[in-house]
Amino acid sequence: MSWRAALLSDTPRSRQEAKLGALYRGWLRFRRNRLAVLGLLIVVALVVVAAFAPWIATHDPYAQNLAQRLLPPGSAGHWLGTDEFGRDIFSRLVYGARITLYIVVLVALIAAPIGLLVGTAAGYLGGWVDAALMRLTDVFLAFPSLILALAFVAALGPGIENAVIAIALTSWPPYARIARAETLTIRNSDYIAAARLQGAGTGRILVRHVMPLCVSSLTVRVTLDMAGIILTAAGLGFLGLGAQPPMAEWGAMVSSGRRYILDQWWVATIPGLAIFVVSLAFNLLGDGLRDVLDPRQKT
Amino acid sequence: MISVRDLVVTFGHGRDAVQAVRGVSFEVAEGESFGLVGESGSGKSTVLRALSGLNRSWTGRASIGGLDVAKADRRLPHLAQMVFQDPYASLHPRHTVDRALSEPLEIHGTGDVSARVEAALADVGLGPAFRFRYPNQLSGGQRQRVAIARALMLRPKVLLLDEPTSALDVSVQAEILNLLRRLRAQQRLTMILVSHNLAVVAHMCDRLAVMNRGLVVEEMDVATLRREAPREAYTRQLLLASKGYDRAVAGRMVSFD
Amino acid sequence: MTALLEVEDLRVSFRTPTGPFHAVRGVSFALGRERLGIVGESGSGKSLTGRAIMRLLPASAQLSARRLAFDGTDLLTASPRTLRGLRGARISLVMQDPKYSLNPVMRVGEQIAEAARIHGGVSARDARRKALAMLEAVRIRDPERVYRLYPHEVSGGMGQRIMIAMMLVPEPDLLIADEPTSALDVTVQMQVLAILDDLVAQRGMGLIFISHDLDLVASFCDRVLVMYAGRVVEERAARDLAAATHPYTRGLLQSLPRIDDDRAELPTLSRDPAWLEG
Repeated sequence: MSWRAALLSDTPRSRQEAKLGALYRGWLRFRRNRLAVLGLLIVVALVVVAAFAPWIATHDPYAQNLAQRLLPPGSAGHWLGTDEFGRDIFSRLVYGARITLYIVVLVALIAAPIGLLVGTAAGYLGGWVDAALMRLTDVFLAFPSLILALAFVAALGPGIENAVIAIALTSWPPYARIARAETLTIRNSDYIAAARLQGAGTGRILVRHVMPLCVSSLTVRVTLDMAGIILTAAGLGFLGLGAQPPMAEWGAMVSSGRRYILDQWWVATIPGLAIFVVSLAFNLLGDGLRDVLDPRQKT
Repeated sequence: MISVRDLVVTFGHGRDAVQAVRGVSFEVAEGESFGLVGESGSGKSTVLRALSGLNRSWTGRASIGGLDVAKADRRLPHLAQMVFQDPYASLHPRHTVDRALSEPLEIHGTGDVSARVEAALADVGLGPAFRFRYPNQLSGGQRQRVAIARALMLRPKVLLLDEPTSALDVSVQAEILNLLRRLRAQQRLTMILVSHNLAVVAHMCDRLAVMNRGLVVEEMDVATLRREAPREAYTRQLLLASKGYDRAVAGRMVSFD
Repeated sequence: MTALLEVEDLRVSFRTPTGPFHAVRGVSFALGRERLGIVGESGSGKSLTGRAIMRLLPASAQLSARRLAFDGTDLLTASPRTLRGLRGARISLVMQDPKYSLNPVMRVGEQIAEAARIHGGVSARDARRKALAMLEAVRIRDPERVYRLYPHEVSGGMGQRIMIAMMLVPEPDLLIADEPTSALDVTVQMQVLAILDDLVAQRGMGLIFISHDLDLVASFCDRVLVMYAGRVVEERAARDLAAATHPYTRGLLQSLPRIDDDRAELPTLSRDPAWLEG
C-alpha cells in the first residue's frame, strides 16, 4: 500500500515522482472506463502476440500444403482452418499481427510528429508561415486519403514500406489542424506571456511549452485514427498495392479469401474479424485516453 | 527607473484601428510603487503590456532602467518581470512548480538552480513541500505566490503587477498584498500596480495615475487619495462609487467619454 | 407578513470518489419583499444555494431540505412543469457571466421580447415595447439600436445589463442575482444596483443578492447572511455588518484594504476548524 500512498502524495520529492504521481492518477481515471480497459487489453494482447509470434504460431505461416487446402475451422491441427494453399490461418493471423503493428506504429511515428511540428509552428508564428503551412495542409486534405495513398503507392511501387509512407503522408494534415487549433488557444495565454518575458526564445516556447499541451489531444486523435490506418493498410493490401503475397497481412488475406467467400467463408472472415477487433480496441482505447488526457481536466 | 513618454497603443489596422492608449506619459522613481487606476477599457493594462514588451505595436518612448523597451534588449528580463491577474491561467498546467521556477534560470544559464528554487519558495511563504506539485494541486492564492516567485527568480528590480489580487478571495487578497509589500521592502523593488480597486492602490502605492478612455485623467500622491481630495470630477465619481452603494449617488452618476 | 420564500435546512451534496462532498449544509432563511444579501468566499456554497432555490443544480448534485417553498408552492415536490412555469416568470436568476446566458444567434432585443411574451403573455408588439422600455430602464442609451444587436456585438458591461433586462421584463416576484455586477465598472454597477433597488421598492420584488463583496452588500442590502463552508455563520441587518460578532465575518472585514487607512500589514484570516460546525 505504501507505494500507492507515495504515488498519490501531495508532496512529491522530485520531478520524476511528480510525473509518476500524475501518471498514476491518470491511470486511476482511465481504469474507471471499463471499455477503455478492454481496448487496452486487446492492444496489449496484439503486442504480445506480435512479439512472441514464432512461439504462438502452430505452423509456418508460409508453408503450403495443397493436400489440406480450405479446411474449415476446427479441423485437426488447424483450429482456424486453412486457406487456398493449405496454409494455417491461425499462424498467418499471428504473424499478421506483426505487420499490423509495424504499420500503425510506423505511421504514428511519422505522421504525428510532422503534424505536431507543422501545426504548432503555423499556430504560434502566424502570419505568412501560417498561411503557407496551412495551404500546404489544405492541398493534402483536398484528396480522399485512400486515393492519395493509392497515387503515392502507384508512384513508389507496391510494398508494405511504401504503403506505410503513403499512409503517413496522407494522415498528417488532420494532426496539423488539431495542433494549430490548440496552439492558437495556448499562444495568448499568460503562461506563454510569462515565458516570453523571461527571455525564452520561440523554439524553446514551442518545444517546452506549446507542444506538451498539444501532445495529449494528438495522442487521443492518433489512437482513434489507428483503426482507420489499419483499415487503409488493409484496403491497400486488399487492392494488391500494400503487402505483397505471400506476406501474411490481414487485408491481403481478406482479399485472397474473397474468391471463396460463398463456400469457404472463414478464409476471408477470420482475418476480417481480426481487423475489426483490433480497430475497435484502438477506438475504445482512444476514447478512454481522451477522458484522461484532456489538459483542462482537474484532479 | 521607469519612463513612459507619449505612449500611443493602437489595435487593428486601417478603418478598424482603435487607439486603446492615446498619449500617456509618466515617470516612476527607483523604489517607488506606482498605481495605474481605471475602469475596464481605460487602457491601464494595455500600458503595462506595452511596457513589459509583450505588446510591440505602439509608438512613443518607454524605458526601464535606461534600457529602451522597444529594442527588446536581452537584459530586460533581468530588470523587469510581470505578475498576471488570473493565477489559474498564468501557470503552465503541465509544469510542476519546480519547473516553472527553474525555467528562467535555465534560459539564462544561471547555476545553483535547486537552492535558488527552494529559496524563492521560502520567500513567498511556501514550504519545500510545494516544490513538485502541479498547478492543479494548488489553491488560487498558492498559485499566485508561485507566479510571484517566478517573477522574482531573475532578481529583477521592477515588478509589473496586473490586477494581482482581483481574481482572489478577500482573505487571500490580504495575504498576497502583505507578501508584495514585504518583498518590495526586502528586495527594494520598484512596482507598477494596475488595478480597478482604489483601496488596493491606496494600500500598496505611493503615487497613482487615474486613467479613462486611454488618457491619464490626473496624477496624485496617495495622501491626496486618502484625503479624498482629487482634482478631477471623474476621479471624485470613481471614489464615491467605490465607497459602496448609495441610491442618491447612483442617480447622479454621469458618464465621462 | 407571509414569507415569499422559505428555506429550511437546505442541503446540497456531491458524490466524489473520496466520499460525498457536502457543499451546502443546512441553510435556513425566510425572504420577504426585501433585499437579502448572501456573502462568502469561493466555495462557501452561496451560489449553489441560489441555484438550489431555482432547482437548477448539476445532475450529480443531491438536494434535500426540510422545507423549500416559494409563495406557498413546495419547490421540492413541484412537477417539472410547475417549475418551468415558475422559472423566468416568477423567479429569475441573473448570473455573473452574460456570455453563457444569451443566445448567440438571436438579436438581444428579440430575446428580451421573447421573455416578455412567453412569461408575460403579451402580444408581439407589446413585448417589443416592453423590451425597449426595459433596455432604457437599465440605462442603455439608444435602445432601438441595441435592440437589433447580436450578443457578440455588445460589450461585457452592456451584455450584463441586457441580461438583467431580460430577467426583469417578466416582472418576477423573486430575483436571484449571483454576482450580477462583478463584471461591471463601479459607476455602471451603481446604476444597475439602483434599478434593482427601485424594483424592490416600487414593485415589492424579493431580491437575493449573492456576492463576495462585503462592502457592497452592506451598503445595498437590508439583511445579510454570511456563509462559510456551506453554512450560514452569521445573519444580521446589513447596516450593522460592521458590528459583526463571528470571527470569520470580522476577519473578512478587517482583511479588506481601505482607502482611508494606512495599516502597513493587513490582518489575515486564520481559519478555525470550529467554524465548520459553528
